[in-house]
Amino acid sequence: MSNPTALRYSKEHEWLSAAEDGVSTVGITEHAANALGDVVFVQLPEVGDSVSAGETCGELESTKSVSDLYSPVSGEITEVNEDVVNDPSLVNSAPFEGGWLFKVRVSEEPGDLLSADEYTAFSAG
Amino acid sequence: MSSTGELRHTALDALHRSLGATMTDFAGWDMPLRYGSERDEHIAVRTKAGLFDLSHMGEITVTGPQAAALLDFALVGNIGGVKPGRARYTMICRADGGILDDLIVYRLGETEAAASEYMVVANASNAQVVLDALTERAAGFDAEVRDDRDAYALLAVQGPQSPGILKSLTDADLDGLKYYAGLPGTVAGVPALIARTGYTGEDGFELFVKPEHAVELWQALTKAGEGVGLVPCGLSCRDTLRLEAGMPLYGHELSTSLTPFDAGLGRVVKFEKEGDFVGREALREAAARAEQQPPRVLVGLVAEGRRVPRAGYAVVAGGEVIGEVTSGAPSPTLGKPIAMAYVDPAHAAPGTSGVGVDIRGSHEPYEVVALPFYKRQK
Repeated sequence: MSNPTALRYSKEHEWLSAAEDGVSTVGITEHAANALGDVVFVQLPEVGDSVSAGETCGELESTKSVSDLYSPVSGEITEVNEDVVNDPSLVNSAPFEGGWLFKVRVSEEPGDLLSADEYTAFSAG
Repeated sequence: MSSTGELRHTALDALHRSLGATMTDFAGWDMPLRYGSERDEHIAVRTKAGLFDLSHMGEITVTGPQAAALLDFALVGNIGGVKPGRARYTMICRADGGILDDLIVYRLGETEAAASEYMVVANASNAQVVLDALTERAAGFDAEVRDDRDAYALLAVQGPQSPGILKSLTDADLDGLKYYAGLPGTVAGVPALIARTGYTGEDGFELFVKPEHAVELWQALTKAGEGVGLVPCGLSCRDTLRLEAGMPLYGHELSTSLTPFDAGLGRVVKFEKEGDFVGREALREAAARAEQQPPRVLVGLVAEGRRVPRAGYAVVAGGEVIGEVTSGAPSPTLGKPIAMAYVDPAHAAPGTSGVGVDIRGSHEPYEVVALPFYKRQK
């Protein structure tokens, strides 16, 4: 699977888009979506919530398990993807596109976000 | 993954990998969890057909003049009453009545006169425990207990298209083969014990074959099922299929801490059979206790929302814990999360209001329903 080079990645398998007007989009990677299996429920943060890098801000429930959703950066939630709330399978079918999870106005980001190549190596190991 | 060292591999291992299966450690075996989407695999079994590798199941052969007598002593069912070519669902219990495993016992041999031979099929996780118990209980009987785990690969074809698929590959009389029956035959040129059993709630067949024939048979079944939607299926969808069908799973609905009466399966205990059997006294007491003071009842729960109950979650009503979830999953057929749970009898009637499941601190509403969730139309 190929990880888009325009994105950066966390070791918790989230991706983060380049900021536009200070706002980045967050989702989970195809690698993570495949590992979860069919996603059936997502609980996302609410618009206006403050999130902290590396801390839980929601849940992803699949057929077999429930996983915490982490934010790769700190900031304020500006938008959540209602489409994915209504149809969680978008996380599996289009993890880097229609299956995005939330947008965040970034106040601080950790220094250990990975490039696509670094993440590909990380997730393979 | 496994803490016990090397995983065991079935005869179909390379084939699973070539199909891109996600593999998982299941009772020490490296088994296919799913090939693609477990939801699609589930729906294929309900509407068309699915092909499973179940070679991790534990086969134990019991032969000899007193094979039936041994099994009647060792198990809670009436095995002596099983006709040749038929199979029976039963259990093996400890002396204290706790369930060691649930089993299917096939009586092999085509005629009443043929020497007694039975195949006991145990859950993969309990195969050694069952083998040890049967071996120990065989003392004093003129019968042999043989570990045949390595002698068989097991393939299952399940779903409404499975009779058609199998018919195209065998001359065996499938129309004459009833549910819970097995007959020796040849499928795609491979000698097989063909059993009309499964664990999916659908019509289907389980094919016990020599491991060296497994790949050939898998490929023949795949080819025969090509035009009717047969897909390879993993253990993940097998679990949601059996859950919808209300079938118990050892380690979830069944355990050594429950007797068959606590599990609502007291009917499998046959007190009327001749002779003593392991657990008889304790099970008598368990039956009497269940009558006096009904134990928690295994019920179905259907979610109103979308959060999935998991094994071990508390069932609540009026702020009190009234039970525990034993298995839960999103149901592809119902389109909602479902669960099996043991609940206090006062809350067990279908339609009981005010029942919820504590899902990580939040009490989500659930409807109490009778099991199974799904029953196929015949």
